[in-house]
Amino acid sequence: MATDVAAPPVALTQEEIFRYSRHLIMPEVGMEGQLKLKQAKVLLVGTGGLGAPLGLYLAAAGIGKIGLVDFDIVDHTNLHRQVIHGTKDVGRKKLDSAADRMRDINPNVELVKHEVALTSDNALEIIKDYDMVVDGTDNFPTRYLVNDACVLLGKPNVYGSIFRFEGQATVFATEDGPCYRCLYPEPPPPGLVPSCAEGGVLGILPGMIGVVQATEAVKLIIGQGEPLIGRLLLYDALAMRFRELKLRRSPECPVCGPNRTITKLIDYHQFCGVPSPTAAVAPAASAPVKEGEIDPVDVKAKLDRGDDFQFIDVREPHEYQIASIPGAKLIPLGELPKRVSELDPGRDLIAHCKGGVRSQKAIDFLKTQGFTRMLNMRGGILAWSDKVDPKVPKY
Amino acid sequence: MAKILIPTPLRQYTEKRDAVEVPGTTVGEALGSLTSAYADLRKQLYNDEGKLRSFVNVYVNDEDIRYLSKEATPLKDGDTVSIVPSIAGGSRGY
Repeated sequence: MATDVAAPPVALTQEEIFRYSRHLIMPEVGMEGQLKLKQAKVLLVGTGGLGAPLGLYLAAAGIGKIGLVDFDIVDHTNLHRQVIHGTKDVGRKKLDSAADRMRDINPNVELVKHEVALTSDNALEIIKDYDMVVDGTDNFPTRYLVNDACVLLGKPNVYGSIFRFEGQATVFATEDGPCYRCLYPEPPPPGLVPSCAEGGVLGILPGMIGVVQATEAVKLIIGQGEPLIGRLLLYDALAMRFRELKLRRSPECPVCGPNRTITKLIDYHQFCGVPSPTAAVAPAASAPVKEGEIDPVDVKAKLDRGDDFQFIDVREPHEYQIASIPGAKLIPLGELPKRVSELDPGRDLIAHCKGGVRSQKAIDFLKTQGFTRMLNMRGGILAWSDKVDPKVPKY
Repeated sequence: MAKILIPTPLRQYTEKRDAVEVPGTTVGEALGSLTSAYADLRKQLYNDEGKLRSFVNVYVNDEDIRYLSKEATPLKDGDTVSIVPSIAGGSRGY
């Protein structure tokens, strides 16, 4: 018998019906919602802390096509939070490790690996094939890049970010909703806000925020519920408190406002005042010693010879408890201004920290206080562990 | 008195306190009281011209002061002022 109802262009297989049965029996998802999920194309930028729960749950939910953007390698310090990767994956590409795990969870999902850093040159080309972007990145330049690309292409941007015990989540760049630049027109200058490596992060925190993002992505796709548009969700894990702030589309927004000045992608590293990724944040241990720097091996030789110099460690007390170098005096960077009298500008001084960035800041500060005879121990205590004493743990 | 909620990245400047009660009848006055008590916080919140930095958002209860009367936004007893700085997350850098 002929029927007027056309067969749906996409259908679930018997295996999928069984797999998604707990979705299908809820009217808010149902067959219609599950088919929307199957036809959805989501780009996940980053497979780290936020990307881990996102990848796991978006795959499990039955998103038809998931693109993954990452170029990083799994290392041991990732494992306390990046639960998509396991100990056996250390040293592997995050893309491969994440894709294997997601394929195991749900082989029906089409996975596309983009082994690149998202840049102004490739972002539009990559994002245009997806319905939405889920931002699991870890730095300001990429966040502004993802935002601007999403606004220019008209794709929603499911946003989450984390710091220590605190997280933020919202949905940006929907048709009438605000974007990231409506909330924060500009990034903080480098150095003013500590990075997670300085500040640390509770391993569970990205799980909570990533799951909020995954929930919002699924809600947007199935068109159910009240999306987190125009609302900034704040989560404080220590207080175990969620708060919500109103978020408005800014009439002065440079990318989505009526008088927009940004109509194409810009140089986001320059915009954020940070070096491009090719320039390492901390000098690599193999790089040649620059003026004003000293190799850890030479510091060890000076200590062994009994040379006269002041050796200071500008890390935080809790870092000192993890690992320290005998003979180094702990003066945390933040306490240096009020403890400068403990140091003698007339004697040589060598400063160290974890990787060499904070100790350089200490030296820059001491220069303003009249100190001249100073060296920065290149690569910090990490390089010391590599080159002088492997018994000093890395963290 | 207004209660100002201090976000994690700025607690290093407020003796690790997550909330501070300060006098003030406007947002500007309350933030002024706060940064008098914690001088190191001033540089984090204000630029050299004495204007609030653009990556630091301030809310009274759940409303952004940019859409109220900015720093002249009046405060009444029981209002909560939130400072919400931009965070990026991640683990790169030393």
